[in-house]
Amino acid sequence: MNIALLVIVLFLVLAVGLALRARRGRDMDLEQWTAGGRGFGAIFVFLLMAGEIYSTFTFLGGAGLVYGSGGAAYYILGYGTLAYILSYWLLPAVWRYCTPRKLLSQADFFVARYDSRSLGVIVSLVAVAAMIPYLALQLKGLGIIVSQTSSGTISSTAAVWIGAFVLSMYVVASGIHGSAWTAAIKDVLTLSVVVFIGLYLPIHYFGSIGAMFHQIDASKPGFAALKGDQLSPVWFSSTVLLTALGFYMWPHTFGSALTARNEDVFRRNAIFMPLYQLLIAFVLLVGFVAVLKLPGLGEGETDGALLGISQQAFPGWFVGLIGSAGMLCALVPGSMLLIASATIVSRNIYRGLNPTASDATVTNLTKLLVPVIALGAVAFVFAGGQTIVTLLLLGYALVTQLFPALVLSLVRPGWVTKAGAISGIVVGLAIVAAMTFSGATPGSSTTLDTLVGGLPSFLADLNLGVVALVANFAVTALVSTATRSGDEGARVAEDEPRFSRVPEPAAERARTV
Amino acid sequence: MKVQHVLAGLPFLGILVGMFFANSVEPYVLGLPFAMFWVVMWVVVSAGLMAVVYRLDSRDRLRERGDRS
Repeated sequence: MNIALLVIVLFLVLAVGLALRARRGRDMDLEQWTAGGRGFGAIFVFLLMAGEIYSTFTFLGGAGLVYGSGGAAYYILGYGTLAYILSYWLLPAVWRYCTPRKLLSQADFFVARYDSRSLGVIVSLVAVAAMIPYLALQLKGLGIIVSQTSSGTISSTAAVWIGAFVLSMYVVASGIHGSAWTAAIKDVLTLSVVVFIGLYLPIHYFGSIGAMFHQIDASKPGFAALKGDQLSPVWFSSTVLLTALGFYMWPHTFGSALTARNEDVFRRNAIFMPLYQLLIAFVLLVGFVAVLKLPGLGEGETDGALLGISQQAFPGWFVGLIGSAGMLCALVPGSMLLIASATIVSRNIYRGLNPTASDATVTNLTKLLVPVIALGAVAFVFAGGQTIVTLLLLGYALVTQLFPALVLSLVRPGWVTKAGAISGIVVGLAIVAAMTFSGATPGSSTTLDTLVGGLPSFLADLNLGVVALVANFAVTALVSTATRSGDEGARVAEDEPRFSRVPEPAAERARTV
Repeated sequence: MKVQHVLAGLPFLGILVGMFFANSVEPYVLGLPFAMFWVVMWVVVSAGLMAVVYRLDSRDRLRERGDRS
């Protein structure tokens, strides 16, 4: 075993050890975070939100997108910022609605707002469908880290299986608690590693960041801006819009809105969160270094750019640290995604369809689903063709379909009817599915022209998810107008929820997983 | 529409619409290609704008409370 792999294994042992410790209840209480303790101050919520958001996608995918497509990667810098601005108004509104009603999840919100159990099931289906590619992306990242640091001794196929095994094992070890310490180690390690290599590599190879970009422009003119074909400004803007709107539609990011002590926490966070986004710029710089100093990565290998260039420039133990940061970036959010999706399937979908199901049945189902969902994500990785970024964008295309029904129900209560919300989401989902499975390699492209040929470029380069979102919105509005009658719709639910709901924290349900 | 909404809308204009005009490698600013600098700049500006929005909202809330009492 080489030293890099050894360091990574040590960090893995540490993470699992901390998780086991957390399980015995001697850790910061992450359960409160997941299940909505509603008692956190600004700094802790800031750290947890930031920790949940940064995943393999930022770490390996960002540099990979630079390597493959240059300036298109700037979208990663932009969308979070716009999402935080939206959060200034969105999260307090969600919090104000959910807190007095003791709602614990996104599905609960929809059930209450639209007084519809079936909408809760549909929303949960969308959420799980979106989380599978997100999960697949973490596995792909883990696979890349393992196979690259082993210098190819472990094949990438074997590495993905190892990644799935490690993730499932971590989930079994940590349960719903996770470990706030692991999350903290991950944040500190990632932040210091990324800032260091983002500054060191350009200076080491080129003398300065400016000199590097001049050299890139000399050998690849226009590469550091958006190119004309496909990933054009049209793609950039529609992708930023899609991902900014979808940012808080994920069950785990939505859930973070329920944890704060008061709504002012969100407003203050909206000031500081955009700055955290600057961390990504350092990842992009590493990607640009690799463009010149690590030429010749094939189309499917671009996600390996960051580790590849690190191996070229640093000694083994340091590559191990970088790999460990990457591993934790996959493990921490990956485990949360895995638990969240298993819990949603058993609690919101299975129980939504069988309201009489016993607690024991639901708990057992959750346990059983962890490996099943992990396998689903493995299958998604092997379906092939996608990079980390295209996987994430597929997830976003799906999850953003919840945006119209969620936001309109807060902005104009009663305007969107139950039927309107359901038909809008279903239409959006159908369009994304049709677009995803129509190409030669499912989900490998994110632009409209893969589905419809011969479009003018301002339409052809549109992000698929945005097209579905527009159709979704139109259908939501039309069906709502047709079905609205006087006092029907969400307004009823706002005054007095008609359903009877037994409060049961997700945490308690899944504690034994 | 309140001034807060206008301020918060500026980054949307800057990033979503502005990119069509800022999409260029040159001129380099702080060593960065212009397109990258443009987005980085809006990230920083957004934080500043939201700080102003927060101030204005707090002031409005105080004033409302003052009117009531």
